[in-house]
Amino acid sequence: MAKHHVTTTVNGDSVEFLCTTEQTLLDVLRDELFLTGSKEGCSSGDCGACSVMLDGRLVCSCLVLGVEAEGCEVETIEGMAHGEHLHPLQRVFIEEAALQCGICTPGILVAAKALLEKQPDPSETEVRFWLAGNLCRCTGYDKIVRAVLDAAAQMRAGAASSASGKSSIGNKPATARA
Amino acid sequence: MARLILSGNLQQLAGGDSEVEIDAQNVKQLLRALSERYPALAPHLEQDSFAIAIDGEIFQDVWFAPIGPDSEVHLIPAIRGG
Amino acid sequence: MNDMTNPDVLARHLKIVGTRPSRPDGVDKVTGRAQFGADMYLPNMLTGRVLRSPHAHARIKSIDVSKAQALKGVKAVITSADFDDLPSEFIPAGEMMVNFRDMTRNVMAREKALYEGHAVAAVAAVSEAVAAQALGLIEVDYEVLPHVMDVDEAMQPDAPLLHDDMFTIGVEPTPAKASNIAKRVEFGFGDLEAGFAKADVVIEREFTTKPVHQGYIEPHACVANVSEDGQAELWCTTQGQFIVRAFCARLLGMEVSQLRVKASEIGGGFGGKTVVYLEPLALALSRKACHPVKMVMSRTEVLQASGPTSGSSMWVKIGATKDGRITAGDALLKYQAGAFQGSPVQPGAMCAFACYEMEHVRIVGFDVVVNRPKVAAYRAPGGPIAAFAVESVVDEIALRIGMDPVEFRLKNAAKEGTRAPYGPKFGPIGLVETLQAAKAHDHYKIPLKPNQGRGVASGFWFNIGGETCASMHVGEDGSVDLVVGTPDIGGSRASLSMMAAEELGIALEHVHPSVGDTSALGFNFLTGGSRVTFSSGMAVVEAARDVIAQLRERAAKIWEVPVEEVEWLDGRANFIGAGEPKSLTLVELAKSAGKTGGPIIGNAAINATGAGPSLATHLVDVEVDPETGKVTILRYTAIQDAGKAIHPAYVEGQMQGGAVQGIGWALNEEYIYDKHGHLENAGFLDYRVPVCSDVPMIDTVIVEVPNPNHPYGVRGVGETPIVPPMAAIANAVSHATGVRFTDLPMSPPRVLDAIDTEQAA
Repeated sequence: MAKHHVTTTVNGDSVEFLCTTEQTLLDVLRDELFLTGSKEGCSSGDCGACSVMLDGRLVCSCLVLGVEAEGCEVETIEGMAHGEHLHPLQRVFIEEAALQCGICTPGILVAAKALLEKQPDPSETEVRFWLAGNLCRCTGYDKIVRAVLDAAAQMRAGAASSASGKSSIGNKPATARA
Repeated sequence: MARLILSGNLQQLAGGDSEVEIDAQNVKQLLRALSERYPALAPHLEQDSFAIAIDGEIFQDVWFAPIGPDSEVHLIPAIRGG
Repeated sequence: MNDMTNPDVLARHLKIVGTRPSRPDGVDKVTGRAQFGADMYLPNMLTGRVLRSPHAHARIKSIDVSKAQALKGVKAVITSADFDDLPSEFIPAGEMMVNFRDMTRNVMAREKALYEGHAVAAVAAVSEAVAAQALGLIEVDYEVLPHVMDVDEAMQPDAPLLHDDMFTIGVEPTPAKASNIAKRVEFGFGDLEAGFAKADVVIEREFTTKPVHQGYIEPHACVANVSEDGQAELWCTTQGQFIVRAFCARLLGMEVSQLRVKASEIGGGFGGKTVVYLEPLALALSRKACHPVKMVMSRTEVLQASGPTSGSSMWVKIGATKDGRITAGDALLKYQAGAFQGSPVQPGAMCAFACYEMEHVRIVGFDVVVNRPKVAAYRAPGGPIAAFAVESVVDEIALRIGMDPVEFRLKNAAKEGTRAPYGPKFGPIGLVETLQAAKAHDHYKIPLKPNQGRGVASGFWFNIGGETCASMHVGEDGSVDLVVGTPDIGGSRASLSMMAAEELGIALEHVHPSVGDTSALGFNFLTGGSRVTFSSGMAVVEAARDVIAQLRERAAKIWEVPVEEVEWLDGRANFIGAGEPKSLTLVELAKSAGKTGGPIIGNAAINATGAGPSLATHLVDVEVDPETGKVTILRYTAIQDAGKAIHPAYVEGQMQGGAVQGIGWALNEEYIYDKHGHLENAGFLDYRVPVCSDVPMIDTVIVEVPNPNHPYGVRGVGETPIVPPMAAIANAVSHATGVRFTDLPMSPPRVLDAIDTEQAA
C-alpha cells in the first residue's frame, strides 16, 4: 500500500514525511522524524507520555493519526526551549527535582505549558486535575505540582516586571549550587 | 569457636540444633563445616544464596569475610531487592 | 583497603553532600534529548515482535513457522528450538542463584504455555506491519488445559498442576506427589505457646492482597546487534546491564565478554527491570537475521507478560499484654509466584515482624505457582504484603487495649541490639526516631471530622550492598570523569558526583558522571535493593581516595619530600613539613601528570558490605464517602531514616514516590482476570494507578541515624517507603468506617459493600 505524503509544521519548521494509514502522529514523530522526546507509554491515550500540541490544543499523539497532521502546527518537547534558554518550567523542574526517571517529564512539561498559557495563575487543584492525564510513577506528583506552581509564579513575575511583556524567560540552568 | 545460631527452616534441617559451635575463620570454611556436619543442609547451602551476618554485619557472597573466635554468626537468605 | 566507616559524619562540615544541586542529566531529561530504551535507532534495523499464548494454560503440541518465514520482509523467526534447554539447577549468574530451566522457559515457552501472554515465538521483519502480519501466519497447536489463578486454590491437592516435577522444598520428608507448592520457608525462635499464654489480648486475622504491577511508564525495550562472528551488542532499558549480560550470555550460549550491554536511561523499574524478557529474543533474532533487531513491548504486553509482584493469602496472630507489650507473633504467608517459582515470600517472612522486639515469633511462608506471569521484584519485594497484615493486627491490638498506635509501636520498637526475627542483632537503626517524629508532627494533632480516619504504620527494609566498581579519571585539565556501573533510576548520578566532589574538595561542576556499559568496568550488581547511593557511593569514595593518594605522591615527587608530609585538603596538595609552605591544585597536578608518572586514575572494585536497614513510619488521614465507598487521601506524612541524606530532594522523592505507589496498591490496583484466565484490564485505563488528582502533597520528614559502615553514613532509602502505606491506609479506612479491612485493594465497590454489610448487621 502506498504511503501518504504529509506536509506539516513541527516546532516552527516546515516538515514533510511519508507514513502509512495506521501510523499515529507519535509513530511518525519518533520513527520518521526522529523526535524521540515524545514517549510511548500505553498507545491508548491513558498515560500522557506522548503529549504534544496540535494547532494549540493539547493532545495524546498516540491518538492522532500521522495523516491528520497535514497542514497543522505541531509543537513537541523539542520545541519548548529557545536555543540554550530553557523554558521556566524546564528550569524549575530541574531546580526543584520534579523528575526522577524522566520518562513522563516531556509529556508533563508540554501539558503544564499548555495549562499556564490558558491559566497563568492556577490553584493546586487546577494543576492536579489538568495533569491527571499524565501518569508519573516515580515522584508521587508532589514535586511536579510544586514546580508548576513555582514556575507559574516566576512567569507571572517576569511578565509583570517587563515593559514590553516579552521578558527573557530562560536562563542557563545552575548545575552546581554548593 | 564461633557460634552459629540457627532458626526456622535451617534449624529443622540441622535436626533441631539452634546453636552450633563451629571452628571456622571465614565464611567458606563455615559453610563447608556446616555441610559436613549436617548433610541435609548441604543442598540448601549450595542452592540458595545465603548472606551471613557476623556480629550483626551482613555479608553477601563474601567467602572470606573473617569470623572471629567469639563471633555470633547467622545464616540468612540473600536479599536482592527491587 | 580504605576504612569506610565514619561514625561522625553528622559532625563533619560538608560543603556539597546534603545540599540540593541540579542533577547532571536534568537538561537532557527536560528537553527530550535523553535516550531511553525505545529511543535507539540503528542502520539496517529490523522490528521484532512476539507471538504470545492466548491461553492461561496449554500444552504446545506443535508450532509451524513456515508460512511466517516465507513472508516477504521477514528475516528471522525463532521458537524454543532456537534456545538450548537448560537443566533445572540453581547456578550462579550475575551474582544470583538462577534456575535457568525456568528462565529459558519464561522467555520462550517450551512444552507448555503457562500464562496468557507467555511468549511462544518471535519474528524479525523489515517493518512493524510485516512483523505483525508474520505473527498471524504462525500456526500453534495448543491443547488447552485447566488453569488455576488463586494461591489458595493452587495449593489444593486436586488443583491443575503447572509443573509435574515440582516437589515442595523445605518440608521433611519431600512430598511424593508433585504440587504447585514450590517451597516452604520458616523463620523464628522462642516458644509460641508460652508467648501467647502470657498475652492478655490475642488477635488473629486473615488477609488477601492482589498482584500489582510495578507500573513503570516505559515499557521494556531493547536493540540487539549481533555480528556474523558472534560479537554482540545490546542496548536495553534495565536496572542491571551486567545482570542482563549474564542471563543472555547463558541463554544464548555466549561467554559474558562476548556481549556488551549498554543500559539506556530507564523510565522506571522498581524491580521489574531486573530480569530479561525481550533481550534474549532480540539477540537470538539478530543472530539469525544478521541485522540489528529492535523490540519494544506494548502496554498490553507489559501487563500480560511481565512480572508483577505476588498476590497473597495470609494469616497473622499477635498477642500482647494489656499494658502494650507484644508477647508473641505468628504468621502464615502464602504468596503466588506466577508461572515459575520464586515469589518474594522469603524476604516477606523475614520482614514481617522486623519492626518489633519479639521474644517468641514464627513466620511460615509458602511459594506457590499459578497460571499468571512470573512474578518479578517490586520495591522491597515481599515486605509491603507482610507489613499490610502485621501492621493491621498491631493497629487492632492497640485499639483493643486503648493505646495510641504510635505509643504502642514505641513500646515495642526494634532498636540497636534487638534480635531480628530472621536471626542477627540490629546495628543502629532509626525506627524509634521516626515514631517520635510522628508523635511530634503537626499532622498527628489535626482534628478529624465525620467519616474521616487516621492510620499509622511502620515499615522495614534490609537494603543491600554487593559487587560494585567505579572508576575516576582525572583529565589533563583537572576535570574529572566518574564512571559508575549502576543505572541511574532516580538521580544517583547527582548524589555520586556530590560524594566524589566532596572527597576531592573541588566544585561539583568539575565532576562529570556517566554510567558505563559492561565493557567499561568490572562486574556491578544491579540497581536495586536500595543499594546504589550506598554501594556505588562507597566505590566512588574509594576511587576518590585512590586518586588523592596518587595526587599526594605526585606532589611529593615534585617537591622531593616524603609523601607523609603532603596533605590533601579542599582540592589542593599542601606541604605540611618543616620549611616554606607549598601548594599545588588538582588542576596543576593534572597538567603535569604525564610528566610525573602518567594519567591519574582511581579505581574501586568492591563487594560493599555493612548496608544498614531503613525504617519508616507513615501517617495518613482519609475520608470515606459512605455513598460511594470512595476513599480520599486527605493528608499523608512519610517519616524515614536515611542515615545521611546525600541529596535531600532525591531522598524526599523516593519517599513520596513509594508512598503513592502504596496508595495505588491500597486503593485501586489489581489484575482482573475472566474465568478463562484472560486479563481484562491490560491497560492504564482500567489498571488504575494513582493520577495527579488522586493524591495530596506527600509531606516528608527525613531523620538521620547514620550507618556507621558508610563513609557518609548512608542508608538505602528507595524501597522502605512502599512498605507502610497499605497498612496505614487500611488502618485509616478502618477507623473512618468502623469496619476492619483485610483485603486489598480497598476499591469503592468493596468499601461500599463492607460498609453496607456492617450497617445491615
